[in-house]
Amino acid sequence: MTQKLVIIGNGMAPGRMLEHLFEEDATAYDVTIFNAEPRVNYNRLMLSPVLSGEKTYEDIITHDDAWYEANNVTLLKGAKITEIDRNLKTVTSEAGVVASYDKLVIATGSNPFIIPLPGHDLDGVLVYRDLDDVGAMLTAAKSKGRAVVIGGGLLGLEAAAGLKARGMDVTVLHLMPTLMERQLDPAAGYLLEKAIKDKGIEVLTEVNSKEILGKDGRVSGITLDDGTVIDASIVIMAVGIRPSFSLAKDADIDCNRGILVDDKMQTSDPDVYALGECVEHRGDCYGLVAPLYEMAKVLAKNLTGGNAEFTGSVTATKLKVTGVDLYSAGDFAEADDREEIVLRDAAQGIYKRLVLKENRIIGAVQYGETTDGPWFFDLLKKGTDISEMRDSLIFGQAYQGGASLDPMQAVAALPDDAEICGCNGICKSVIVTAITDKKLNTLDEVRSHTKASASCGTCTGLVEQLMSVTLGDTYDPSKVAAVCPCTDLGHDDVRRLIQVKSLKSIPAVMQELEWKTSCGCAKCRPALNYYLVSDWPGEYEDDYQSRYINERVHANIQKDGTYSVVPRMWGGMTSSDELRAIADVVDKFDIPAVKVTGGQRIDMLGVKKEDLLGVWSDLGDAGFVSGQAYAKGLRTVKTCVGSDWCRFGTQDSTGFGIRIEKFMWGSWTPAKLKLAVSGCPRNCSEATCKDIGVICVDSGYDIHFAGAAGLDIKGTELLGHASSEDEALEYIVALTQLYREQGHYLERIYKWAKRVGVDEIRSQILDDDIGRKNLYQRFVYSQKFAQHDPWSERVSGKDKHEFNPLAIFGQEAAE
Amino acid sequence: MNAFQKNWIKIGKLSDIPKRGSRCVKNGDLTIALFRSADDKVFALEDKCPHKNGPLSQGIVHDGCVTCPLHNWVISLETGEVQGPDEGSTLSFPIKQDGDDILLGLQTSSDGIK
Repeated sequence: MTQKLVIIGNGMAPGRMLEHLFEEDATAYDVTIFNAEPRVNYNRLMLSPVLSGEKTYEDIITHDDAWYEANNVTLLKGAKITEIDRNLKTVTSEAGVVASYDKLVIATGSNPFIIPLPGHDLDGVLVYRDLDDVGAMLTAAKSKGRAVVIGGGLLGLEAAAGLKARGMDVTVLHLMPTLMERQLDPAAGYLLEKAIKDKGIEVLTEVNSKEILGKDGRVSGITLDDGTVIDASIVIMAVGIRPSFSLAKDADIDCNRGILVDDKMQTSDPDVYALGECVEHRGDCYGLVAPLYEMAKVLAKNLTGGNAEFTGSVTATKLKVTGVDLYSAGDFAEADDREEIVLRDAAQGIYKRLVLKENRIIGAVQYGETTDGPWFFDLLKKGTDISEMRDSLIFGQAYQGGASLDPMQAVAALPDDAEICGCNGICKSVIVTAITDKKLNTLDEVRSHTKASASCGTCTGLVEQLMSVTLGDTYDPSKVAAVCPCTDLGHDDVRRLIQVKSLKSIPAVMQELEWKTSCGCAKCRPALNYYLVSDWPGEYEDDYQSRYINERVHANIQKDGTYSVVPRMWGGMTSSDELRAIADVVDKFDIPAVKVTGGQRIDMLGVKKEDLLGVWSDLGDAGFVSGQAYAKGLRTVKTCVGSDWCRFGTQDSTGFGIRIEKFMWGSWTPAKLKLAVSGCPRNCSEATCKDIGVICVDSGYDIHFAGAAGLDIKGTELLGHASSEDEALEYIVALTQLYREQGHYLERIYKWAKRVGVDEIRSQILDDDIGRKNLYQRFVYSQKFAQHDPWSERVSGKDKHEFNPLAIFGQEAAE
Repeated sequence: MNAFQKNWIKIGKLSDIPKRGSRCVKNGDLTIALFRSADDKVFALEDKCPHKNGPLSQGIVHDGCVTCPLHNWVISLETGEVQGPDEGSTLSFPIKQDGDDILLGLQTSSDGIK
């Protein structure tokens, strides 16, 4: 029987461990993860860019729900384990869920240290550890005011820079004379302090906080030892972390500063392993990702019958604050048996220091210019004797052996085992081999195959240089992904050239843009067909052979080759006559399944292709048109009953929904387009996860867009407010037309918005009155050619061949 | 050779099949998809993708291949072999084009057409 593996914690270390485990043996264990956080695994190193607004949560997800499903992992979100019973071999969660294990992995990570100052339990005293903390800081940042960060280490400075970027005033309080004193020597610490101050952040060193002041249970300020009072609306404690091991300790597993593990990552109980920030190994606790990833590799091997050992590691640090380049590794305290080489360039703000012992590098600090960091770190880890190159060592690798300054040559000169990606411990040869063996051409491919530059991303430049060196001129880092292998052009270029060159047919596009295949493929033909339909209404003749089968036969193909048929029900409203007609069709054609859809329509499933014409004909007689539930186009407008019936309704949401649907049906869009109108902010039609959603309020209509509730889940962004129905319709239509003109084929509206920028879209629709009216007019014009019911067209004979066999013979015919 | 013999059956005209499109022929329980390429060549495959039995006749025809409508497997019209990283093959049948007429080659045995 498959063994049961239970993991407590879902941070970066266990996430990586599972990746290695599945590489070793995907079927060795039945895996269950208990995650105290209510979400999937994400890249904690990237919290700072999320805080500063450079990235979103979606950008930093490591494993999405689909990954857990694909790997048969049971992930319990928001499930905190409160007890381990080693005799019964079970764990129990706060909510009482009990799971038994054959092997247990504890990865509870660390807790931020809270200084027990008076007032530390006030509202607005925050730590900086996970996404919830970032959420709390962002909420606080909205009120502007001042943030006080206690602690001038790595996390504290990243938090300070992020909050500053969000528009807060920020003061950093640091106990020691210079910032990041554990990683930097005083000179570099001084340069760093200057750079942080240049960002408009106040830095106070050698200060001790005395008390956090509060008002009505909320932070209002902080008092220092010297009596200074600083007003503050939030206080961030970033003074260090402590391994979180109380759960293990309660289960009588040996602990000291952390959970004690041996080189195999085994605890004092042979069936219980631990890894990550919660462990103590050979007297060291680690808080950086590289050693955790090494532990992950070792543990995965040992869980699958291997025999690997973790023997500790030297770590290097980079600060992820935009515009500050800083790299430090090893030990740089002064001592009698040590020498140092220092390079300063005050004008350019460059400082480099190497600490040597017996002709070997034991510490390296770089500030302002850090490209040689990995090289120094490599020499340090290997203990290379540097006496030969001592004179020019500090100038970096490019100066060794008379080589030129070209960074490409520097990368080319790196030894095969030089570490490129510190986070993931990926060396040069692994990347080069993957590029050549797997024929990788893009950075994303290299990331997904090797993991290099997939964590903090600071080695992206090195990886790109390595790709250039390996691939030569064929690699162009600025190259956008091509539409498909038939062309080198990306979607944007194709759309632009269709306009510029007035290309009005698929053959013309393929000829003029030098398509590499004679008639394209199943990827590019539907895309080109859409672009031409959208750009040349009334001129371009739709090419049915370049449409997916669903759009060719106006129904959705099912796994057994039958189809599902959905008639349009405007705004989700129907009547007894309509329902009767549907019931009659279901009986007459012996349709096996009838279902109500999420978009408030009725779906008839299992219709044979030969029956489609008959079904449409009967539905058409009852007044139905195609619901276009198959289209990359307007699907449904979902509504609530609004002011017609609901005691909370503020506007006629049903009527407006029907009006929108009658106005927009038949239009083609890059991907499907689903709308909703809610009659009040209670939002019963779920408008805030739709492509476009309207929330009616007393004063009019709030128009939202760019929501998602499928593969991704995302709330909408507010486009703006309209005071009348006419105005709201104009906004919605103009927005749709902008999306029609700019979207890449199959790109949903939220992905388009993310690519183009929500602010940019908002300004084009709200601020540019003439532009908006033009967009609206272009949509109205194109609707002249789009609003034909495809069902009635087909019933009246268009392309009738589609539905009948060309010939029937053989035994069946003979009988 | 007496029991099994190739039989050429006239099944229709080139103009019956749309360019880069497909039509079906039913032979008892067997459905055969006929494809017409952009350069007017006709190919015949069993109407069943080797992956999950998707109806190939409903796919998009391009460059000597058809892409299955269910999961985008690409199948060679000439050989019935699956292209690219996936593996498998679909039955293919010989076709003769005589002017506008299309002839499908089937084996006949004493108990009927196969």
